Amino acid sequence: MKIVTCIKQVPEKDTRFELNTEDSWIKEQDLTYEINECDEYALEEALRLKEKHGGEVVLLSVGSDLAERALRRGLALGADRAILIVAPREEISDPLMVARALRAQAQVEQPDLILTGVRSDDHAFAQTGTMLAELLHWPHATIVMKVETDEVGKTLKVQRELEAGLLEEVALALPALLTIQQGINQVRYASLKGIMTAKKKELRRVDWISLGLSGGKKIQIERIGFPKSEKKFEIIGGSPEHAAAVLVEKMKKEMKIL
Amino acid sequence: MFKGYDFMNIDPLFSDEEKMVRRTVRDFVEDRVLPIIEKHNREATFPIHLVKEMAQLGFLGANLQGYGCAGMSNVCYGLIMQELERGDSSLRSFASVQGSLVMYPIHTFGSKEQKQRWLPRLAAGEAIGCFGLTEPDFGSNPAGMLTRAHKSGDGYVLNGSKAWITNGNVADIAVVWGRCDDDKIRGFLVEKETPGFEAREYKNKWSLRASVTSELMFHDCRVSGDALLSGTDGLRSALMCLTQARYSIAWGAVGAAMACYHSALEWALQRKQFSNKPIASHQLVQEKLVWMLTEITKAQLLCYHLGRLKDQGRATSAQVSLGKRNNVYVALEVARMARDLLGANGIVDDYPVFRHMCNLETVKTYEGTHDIHTLVLGQEITGIPAFE
Ligand SMILES: Cc1cc2nc3c(=O)[nH]c(=O)nc-3n(C[C@H](O)[C@H](O)[C@H](O)COP(=O)(O)OP(=O)(O)OC[C@H]3O[C@@H](n4cnc5c(N)ncnc54)[C@H](O)[C@@H]3O)c2cc1C
Repeated sequence: MKIVTCIKQVPEKDTRFELNTEDSWIKEQDLTYEINECDEYALEEALRLKEKHGGEVVLLSVGSDLAERALRRGLALGADRAILIVAPREEISDPLMVARALRAQAQVEQPDLILTGVRSDDHAFAQTGTMLAELLHWPHATIVMKVETDEVGKTLKVQRELEAGLLEEVALALPALLTIQQGINQVRYASLKGIMTAKKKELRRVDWISLGLSGGKKIQIERIGFPKSEKKFEIIGGSPEHAAAVLVEKMKKEMKIL
Repeated sequence: MFKGYDFMNIDPLFSDEEKMVRRTVRDFVEDRVLPIIEKHNREATFPIHLVKEMAQLGFLGANLQGYGCAGMSNVCYGLIMQELERGDSSLRSFASVQGSLVMYPIHTFGSKEQKQRWLPRLAAGEAIGCFGLTEPDFGSNPAGMLTRAHKSGDGYVLNGSKAWITNGNVADIAVVWGRCDDDKIRGFLVEKETPGFEAREYKNKWSLRASVTSELMFHDCRVSGDALLSGTDGLRSALMCLTQARYSIAWGAVGAAMACYHSALEWALQRKQFSNKPIASHQLVQEKLVWMLTEITKAQLLCYHLGRLKDQGRATSAQVSLGKRNNVYVALEVARMARDLLGANGIVDDYPVFRHMCNLETVKTYEGTHDIHTLVLGQEITGIPAFE
């Protein structure tokens, strides 16, 4: 089974961000990056499928030159090779543009299965995977929490996570695309041998211009900022019984937490 | 999730590969070690199930080339030790002994057959090793050792005993140092269950409780001629092994210190005394936190530079002594200060501090005591040995 796993490099979680001078993006200098969390789960799922059916796991990423780090880590975890579409940041703040770029390489690779994360931890569009499937006219399933394959690896049965703890089971014929939810599996550690061999694995760069997508962007980030925090407090007077009753009422109606 | 401390922003000096290695060990310690270590420490048991897991990830003998070893740099090896010791000194001790005191001498002084027979198994965690140098009457001064290796036929007969040997009772193979008929000290590979070889575990330790420490006894213990590590040439060969292990300790101490500082800082920010203010708002407490972080930072820089020197083949044993001596000393002081800052909570095992503090007492003593390294460095500076 040939599997393409799309991974994105994002700033490390819990980073305290600062904005750039134009308020158009965060300051990128001195940031530490990592593989987007859902994408690590997607890669783990791909590696497990490869262990079961044989084949190849190819990493595919659209990002800056720096995204090579995320790809090297993916290779250290066990992927066979990687493709990095080096793109200017302004172009890839639109998920459709990213999906188009991914499609171009997916058509070259012709995998049986594409796995992406459900969403990225930076822009959180949760659209790229679905758009890619649509562009390829492939069946897809989102928010996948379990993947089962038949013996020969031709069809899939997957579980999707719905609201309120419900699960939905869906059958798909390959080729197909799945967007993988975090927590689907336990991501392995990169072994030292994996880290050593990752250096020697193929990492191919594709130039954005060569894909001929420029000018198609539909979304533009106007501004980013932190929400203004408004601290509001109120002292409820009266007897304890009265205060408690008012508080419960407020929790129900105003705060909507009861 | 623990992110380490990096006040001087030295992280960019580490390669991506080195950072990836650190991440692997850190995640491993977080998931596999921290949830169980207090129990093992309390019950004085070695978490032996982690040996194979560490081996699979490549932690054992990671800086050695070939024979199933990861073949990584010494800086990577150091980072592994740092992260393991953030978990517990016992695990780092296990890995130091296995890698630096068992695999390294076999790799350096062993025959091709010895290497092929033992290194892949030791790297895979299928065999465990121990290193017997110290004796009941000869600790700081191993040159006086009484263990004899008398030539007999085409083999040797060992007589004597070794004291305080890490992994003794769980080891499949012991690297044992003994005095030969020509008065020269050489190393031997003694397999477990060789007649005349017995290991007895020390109980009731207050330190390194999650590590096995044993006495090894040799009573007319006959080994074949192949047991000799033929490349060994006097005590100097044993000291070469110790230099490797001391290097790993210099890094490990930073890990233990970071764990203690982490607890102390979190505690100081959250614990409130007097006017409902966190204790971290008092100058005396801040002074302690600043001392800790300053010493951790200096120790990190020392390790980083020592590692780079070692990778260039330029680190001297005296430089390694300075690293071991300084870093273990400051780690122990950091642990004691952290214990103090946590007040009564500092003495219970809900926090890792007391455990690290007790462990570091051993780390201060083994692999050359603090004062022995003082004498080593004193001799280096003045040219005058002051041991006797
Ligand atoms: C938990 C644990 C695990 C160990 N694991 C191993 C192992 O795997 N293999 C192994 O071979 N050994 C091991 N050791 C032994 C360790 O290396 C020795 O304990 C150490 O070398 C000190 O020897 P000693 O205990 O005999 O102390 P001593 O040498 O008796 O020293 C006692 C004190 O006297 C001081 N002193 C000694 N000589 C001088 C001097 N000339 N000038 C000034 N002060 C001096 C020392 O600094 C120390 O403070 C281990 C020890 C422990 C506690």
